[in-house]
Amino acid sequence: MKHTISVLLQNKPGVLSRVTGLFSGRGFNIESLSVAETLDENLSCLTLVTRGDNSILEQITKQLHKLIDVIKVTDISENEYVEREMALIRVKAENTTRAEVLRVIDIFRGKVVDVSPKSYAVEVTGSATKIQAIVDILRPIGIKEIVRTGTIAMARAPKK
Amino acid sequence: MEKLKGSLAIIECLKEEGVKTIFGFPGGAVIDLYDDLLDSDINHVLVRHEQGAVHAADGLARVTGDVGVALLTSGPGATNGVTGIATAYLDSIPLVILTGQVPTPLIGNDAFQEVDIVGITRPCTKHNYLVSKAEDLVPTLREAFHVARTGRPGPVLIDLPKDVVASIVDFTEKKPIRMQNYQPTYEPHMGQVEKACKEILKAKNPVLYVGGGVILSNANEELTNLARTLNIPVTMTLMGLGGFPGSDPLSMGMLGMHGSYASNMAVAKSDVLIAVGARFDDRVTGRIDAFAPHAKIIHIDIDPTSISKNVAVDIPIVADCKHALTAMNAWLKTCGEDLDKVAASHVEWLETIKNWTDKHPMGYTDEGETIKPQFVIEKLDELTKGDAIITTEVGQNQMWAAQFYKFNKPRRLITSGGLGTMGYGLPAAIGAKMAFPDEVVIDVAGDGSIQMNIQELATSRQYNCPVIICILNNNYLGMVRQWQELFYDKRYAATIMEVTPDFVKLAEAYGAAGLRATKTSEVEETIKKALELVKKQTVIIDFRIAREEGVFPMVPAGKATTEMLLV
Repeated sequence: MKHTISVLLQNKPGVLSRVTGLFSGRGFNIESLSVAETLDENLSCLTLVTRGDNSILEQITKQLHKLIDVIKVTDISENEYVEREMALIRVKAENTTRAEVLRVIDIFRGKVVDVSPKSYAVEVTGSATKIQAIVDILRPIGIKEIVRTGTIAMARAPKK
Repeated sequence: MEKLKGSLAIIECLKEEGVKTIFGFPGGAVIDLYDDLLDSDINHVLVRHEQGAVHAADGLARVTGDVGVALLTSGPGATNGVTGIATAYLDSIPLVILTGQVPTPLIGNDAFQEVDIVGITRPCTKHNYLVSKAEDLVPTLREAFHVARTGRPGPVLIDLPKDVVASIVDFTEKKPIRMQNYQPTYEPHMGQVEKACKEILKAKNPVLYVGGGVILSNANEELTNLARTLNIPVTMTLMGLGGFPGSDPLSMGMLGMHGSYASNMAVAKSDVLIAVGARFDDRVTGRIDAFAPHAKIIHIDIDPTSISKNVAVDIPIVADCKHALTAMNAWLKTCGEDLDKVAASHVEWLETIKNWTDKHPMGYTDEGETIKPQFVIEKLDELTKGDAIITTEVGQNQMWAAQFYKFNKPRRLITSGGLGTMGYGLPAAIGAKMAFPDEVVIDVAGDGSIQMNIQELATSRQYNCPVIICILNNNYLGMVRQWQELFYDKRYAATIMEVTPDFVKLAEAYGAAGLRATKTSEVEETIKKALELVKKQTVIIDFRIAREEGVFPMVPAGKATTEMLLV
């Protein structure tokens, strides 16, 4: 089962490699990973997406906790949460397809961020599923290049 | 606030932590530190190979419970130490390893004798540091010792760039260390303690399964108390031997791959298994689904990752073993149950276990004048009254030592359990002897493993640190040969030591005494002679043993622990 885990850690050199080394050394899988500084510049927040049954997830969270530079580990997919990914897609846009491409971008609430006579570069954000959907639609038209971020996620605030 | 040269600040930090002896090997990157060590009252032991330095520090740590310290230079000095570091990591031994590093402006330039040792040791240290700023030096050293010795102990490496060590630093006042992200749980959850105790009181066939955590937390008395109060039989892992007296009638000896018949049967038939400071290693459990299949499992461990890692646990207690056992003993005392009655109810269970032991005791067949290695260990046990510090190499020698020496006290068996590092025993023996000069220290070795760090004979001589090295010489890499005999059609690929040095002459070349025994009738006299000689010098005994003797019982890898091959 897919899990999105949020890890708060010290913003120091080598910390990311402790996390990735743990995953490779113990044979845990990382589907995506994204990390950046938090409001407190001494701390980073890392979001990673992984898969595994409950016992693997239990080990992943415990092993992450055991790293001295890790402060907090939350499996945010246990409760309601929002997740976003971003993709930059350069898609072929020639005379016959230019209008069609723009329509698709509009449907997905994407933005054109670079234009050339033969292509558009599109910025699109959303859940992993949404990004996959636009990729699937644009693929037959001709994707020349694609760059995707890992997932970032945040737990939803309590309703009351 | 005092200003000090970095190297002097390091020495002050070592003194602050109570370090008296360190083991090391110099080089360009640590030359400043060595220069100042010369004037300090810290005893530095020059080893002959960096692996030996880390093992010796590890041996000292295991016998004393203190943090062992090794000092290595950059590059190859540091990489030679890695096996030692991994050995300590797998057995949770507190070490601080100081490595020299090229000056900070050169880091990353492939400078002479530069390696990224922090990167290399990340997966085999509890934590590690590169001190890139002078102001971090003193706080890092203090934090490193704190991390090494608290919680589940382990090795911590500090990489020290040459310019940082040579710079002037603030020697700040020592304050209690509080780390936001590292606070091991020492005290057990009382609800869990109560649940565990209630389960134990209900048990008909309880077994205590004891690991190295009991020794690390000095919980042997509390454990013994629990076992004796309720008449619970005890089995120990290799790392747990000595955690409960081996001669006690409740002791079943070791369990697992080369454990006793009674231990493995008892675990298989138990209804409550109390794991204390043990980690359900594959050498203990055998086929995992057949391990303690009928038992409710209680697991005490300070490291939450150990719990439910290999075997699902019914009642976990995350705590220091000593604290948890103290709490359990206290709860039992005041719970209102008649504990004597509970203890008496286990008599039948103990009878069953005794029958297993009688049926298949730890034993071997007598072959007249052909020396049996087990007999050598029995004689060692007898002639040292079970009171020597025994270090081992790895392989058959290690298992025979574990099976036939009665470890009645903790911190007496010093062995590489988790990593299984050949070449561990001699340097570890030197470390142990440094800590306790008045104790008899014996390295039980094989002719294969002793050659992996034999150069440390010179260290033992230079520092007047005499130990006995008992080589159980069969001219084979015996444990692998045994597997080949049993599971590979006796195809002895690369396990025959066609050339072995003359160990007696080798001993003499190093200024040690060399003895040899080739017949059973010579064993006792030779050991007695060695015990006399070792008062002055290191002794090697070359025991020519039955060449194809195997270690039994044996649970073939991947089989259930009840599927033992017996003698």
